[in-house]
Amino acid sequence: MKKKNLLLTAIAILSASIGIVWAADHIDAPGVANTSSDITDFYAFQSPENSDNMVFVVNTQGLLDPTASATAAFDENVMIQVNIDNTGDNVEDLVIQAVFNDGKMSVYGPAKPSVTGKTGKVETDATVTTANISKYGSAATIGNKNGIKVFAGPRDDPFFFDLVAYQNVLAGTASGFNNPGSDTFAGTNVMAVVVEVPKSMLGSAATLNTWAVTKRKV
Amino acid sequence: MKNIFRASALLLLAVSALFASCKKDDDSNPFKDNTYQQEDQMGRPAINTVFVTTADKDDFNTTIPSAMGSKYASKFQTQLMALNAGYTTNALGMDAATFSGALATDVLNVATDKKTTFFDGTNVLTGRALADDVISVELLLIFGGPDGTANPALTDDHVDANDVPFLSTFPYLAAAH
Repeated sequence: MKKKNLLLTAIAILSASIGIVWAADHIDAPGVANTSSDITDFYAFQSPENSDNMVFVVNTQGLLDPTASATAAFDENVMIQVNIDNTGDNVEDLVIQAVFNDGKMSVYGPAKPSVTGKTGKVETDATVTTANISKYGSAATIGNKNGIKVFAGPRDDPFFFDLVAYQNVLAGTASGFNNPGSDTFAGTNVMAVVVEVPKSMLGSAATLNTWAVTKRKV
Repeated sequence: MKNIFRASALLLLAVSALFASCKKDDDSNPFKDNTYQQEDQMGRPAINTVFVTTADKDDFNTTIPSAMGSKYASKFQTQLMALNAGYTTNALGMDAATFSGALATDVLNVATDKKTTFFDGTNVLTGRALADDVISVELLLIFGGPDGTANPALTDDHVDANDVPFLSTFPYLAAAH
């Protein structure tokens, strides 16, 4: 049982009392809330460093305070996967798969998946880019191969929102937001996976449909 | 003869060691041949949390995007009207059915040939960058009415940026607190 932090507990109590939590995707569903497979956020954007590259960020295990962050870990039985549809049918044509073992992250792909949908396999014949998982309080360790960069480790949660004010609105104890608001996610961390790939590896579509999933070994 | 025998034996040993190590490498990939089952899923921010009822949340997380539209569009519309009973259209000109239908297939659209942003006043849903104020965009589209001026107390949480600056270089997210 991982150490829980006060904020998480407070939000859990609050959500239990009013029945809804609105964060980005933090603790979004009963089956994944507070587990190692809970995605908090997904980002996809052109690299600020190189306009020929695309960056994908999948954050998991949200609302970690500094104490919890020091001991937080990726689950070796959970795969974090970015799905990319470049044909417009909302079925993944390419996958980027991050898996964890012995202090190291291995990122397979982008590769055509041998199976799509809810089940999955690690495409172990695909290109693999590895990095040591960065430790809390240490500099980021970055893996770099074939123009692909990868990172895994605790990071500041980039999400910002006055969740408490919104909950007060839903609970009927406030009629609107405050100005200025208060960022409920300030000072909290996530377990982050960041992958930067050349756009040329993603096909030639002008628009991609992308989504992040977590899959557990069965 | 003895030397030849010894050399052959060594070669045989070396070859079998090579095979053994190849085999070992293959077998030691801890991920090979594992089967995985999906648990969580996310495209656009806050979709499951806002538009999916408690009873459906786990199901939504394991419904593939190509099956989401037909299964969830009308449920999303019900949730939208529960949040804002006065909803007519939003700043994108979408009525309740159109907006709900667009959101129900929960994938994040990303442009490969222009600026990537959730919304910057010009580009709409061409990606999601770290600094994008996605919640205020969604609040505006849910509560703001056709010109964004309705329900002004509900259309902006007045948290417009992250608590710490992002990095200009990989991995872009700020160091942990």
